[in-house]
Amino acid sequence: MMKFDKDKLILGAAGPVLALVSSFVLTVLVLLATGLDPIEPITLMIDNAAFSDIQVLIVNQTGIYYLAALAVAIGFRMNLFNIGVDGQYRLAAMVSALVGASIELPGPLHILLIVVVAMLTGAFWAGIAGILKTTRGVSEVVSTIMLNAIATSLVAWLILPKNFGFQPEGSNNLTTGEIAESGWFPGIDMGEGNGVIYGFTFVALALGVVYWFVLNRTRFGFDLRATGASETAAQASGVDAKKMVLTSMLISGALAGLAGMPTLLGESHTYSLDFPVGVGFTAITIALLGRNHPVGIFFAALLFAFLDKASSSLDTEGYPKEITKIMQGIIVIAVVVSYELVRRYGLRRQQQKVGEELAAGGAIKTDKEVSA
Amino acid sequence: MGIASAALALSATACGKSSNDSGSETDSKAAKAAIAYDIGGRGDQSFNDAAYAGLKRAEDELGVKGSEAEPSEGEGDADKVQRLTALARAGNNPVIGVGFAYAPAIEKVAKSYPNTTFGLIDDTSKTGKNIANLVFNEEQGSYLAGVAAAKASKTGTVGFIGGVEVPLIKKFEAGFAQGVKDTNPKAKVLVQYLTQPPNFDGFAKPDLGKAAAQGQLDKGADVIYAAAGLAGSGSIEAAATAGKWAIGVDSDQYNQAGLASYKAKILTSVTKDVSDSVYNLIKSVKDGKPQTGEVRYGLATDGVGLADSNPEYKKMTDLIAAVDKAKKDIIDGKITVKTAP
Repeated sequence: MMKFDKDKLILGAAGPVLALVSSFVLTVLVLLATGLDPIEPITLMIDNAAFSDIQVLIVNQTGIYYLAALAVAIGFRMNLFNIGVDGQYRLAAMVSALVGASIELPGPLHILLIVVVAMLTGAFWAGIAGILKTTRGVSEVVSTIMLNAIATSLVAWLILPKNFGFQPEGSNNLTTGEIAESGWFPGIDMGEGNGVIYGFTFVALALGVVYWFVLNRTRFGFDLRATGASETAAQASGVDAKKMVLTSMLISGALAGLAGMPTLLGESHTYSLDFPVGVGFTAITIALLGRNHPVGIFFAALLFAFLDKASSSLDTEGYPKEITKIMQGIIVIAVVVSYELVRRYGLRRQQQKVGEELAAGGAIKTDKEVSA
Repeated sequence: MGIASAALALSATACGKSSNDSGSETDSKAAKAAIAYDIGGRGDQSFNDAAYAGLKRAEDELGVKGSEAEPSEGEGDADKVQRLTALARAGNNPVIGVGFAYAPAIEKVAKSYPNTTFGLIDDTSKTGKNIANLVFNEEQGSYLAGVAAAKASKTGTVGFIGGVEVPLIKKFEAGFAQGVKDTNPKAKVLVQYLTQPPNFDGFAKPDLGKAAAQGQLDKGADVIYAAAGLAGSGSIEAAATAGKWAIGVDSDQYNQAGLASYKAKILTSVTKDVSDSVYNLIKSVKDGKPQTGEVRYGLATDGVGLADSNPEYKKMTDLIAAVDKAKKDIIDGKITVKTAP
């Protein structure tokens, strides 16, 4: 048993390592092909990451990515591909900002209300896809993508000044109005010019622990993983698979809703036309790279936040900062390819082992535990 | 909570040292100016490129050293604050934020750098002693386009295509529709927006502009005005191919190399002189009299206007007379153009 676990760990780490190394090599090749120094931009980025203002940006972005990636990962564990995290995140941020700006409550209650509204909105939006899947068999991949587009239109409509939006005097922006100070989540001020670490970042990390506990130490988590591995087998053993699909979609959506909270409660205090978008898509890569494991996702989120923020000043040094986008893109492909390679290798190895044991006349051991 | 403390430790390692400290060689010898672009960056054939043209002219004529910084996709205010701070700390003066998205960031950074002038394009919501709000009366230029469209149209139906449905583009729509109606009350204005925020494809994808223009042509429109950045070139293509009039935007599109094969059908363009506004601000700082507060570019100052490069346009004396009269009336205050439809 212990021996098998060790193999699994090595195989588990092989995927991400293979992906990162190959994406790094390919990025260097791209830089060489365009006639640029392949090493200097990387050393520049590492130099940048030594500055505390960049570090604050990295830490904050890590928290945002972490929440969104957890939302994606919980779907993956259940064999559900929630591509709608971005739409759920945007709609939840918008609606909760609206509620937060129109109501004033004593500090903690105000924050709690905004957070709960965000979770409910995200869950509601993901739940539509969940219901479509359980009642009509609509693939969540298709429905969540479509719901992203609908969320865009819905937010654009809601934020019109004639509906619920607000256009500050002299501005070309549209906002939901500013949330009163009681609804701001306190952060850690890192000093003048360095910025503030959003308090919600710590909530994000705490949720990583909750995620691990629920998945690995509760009956619900077991049912979820079992259904993800084989829906029919889980059903045969008494798990209500449809209920599990819906529940995990709701949880995924609620987490997606939380992904907007660090920015909303810690920085912007309003939802406006320039609220950050695309978080939900980056999160898919992060969840894949992190193998849906809370610690893996943390490092993947940290890596992506580093690539985003440390590259911001590459432009001024004469390097296009888009090279980090290339790197992130290659990671996506490399992750999928290398995981498949490692999986096949692992499978072959396992079959070999079973064959050897059979040949040796031993009992067949099939304690195969599949994780997403 | 090992992870949390690790994160804290990470940010504490280089505590007190900010990236901005590194670029702080003060040099008053060579004047430096910087632009922070809006989403899309340089090469958008529109807004950002116009700002760059202003910086380039300042480099050539005033000898200032220009820097540029581009935003990343999906960034927040904190990233903009960091970018502007880095530019200000490096000794750039002025530092210009292109687009309303920079308003909250400029408000914060301007307070920390009281001796640096900050330019904020398209926004007057945040003001300060060292903030110059560079704004344009897009609706006035668009009103003239509406007059021209109503005069040039034979079917009495004209089209407006907006890139992304944001308040800024609605100013174009409002002015255009009013200009059309004031000239020909019976005329019909078809209005279509290509995308809704945060999907900014409507400023970038010519195929969207082409499809929308095609739809308006099918409905009988024979003059189409597109305020849609790069996507507008698609509607110019569609209109010109069908032998109908197109009206360009931002710069004089009759003279744009990429649109040379359609230029005979580009009636006119509504110009918005972002490039001059950038140049003027840099010059004012260099001359020691930095602009501050609202700096408005309207018809009266030729900050917005109507291009007349097309020889066909110059032949339409009736149309030109109507446009000139409308221009005079707006400048004299006889006509007030709406800024929202």
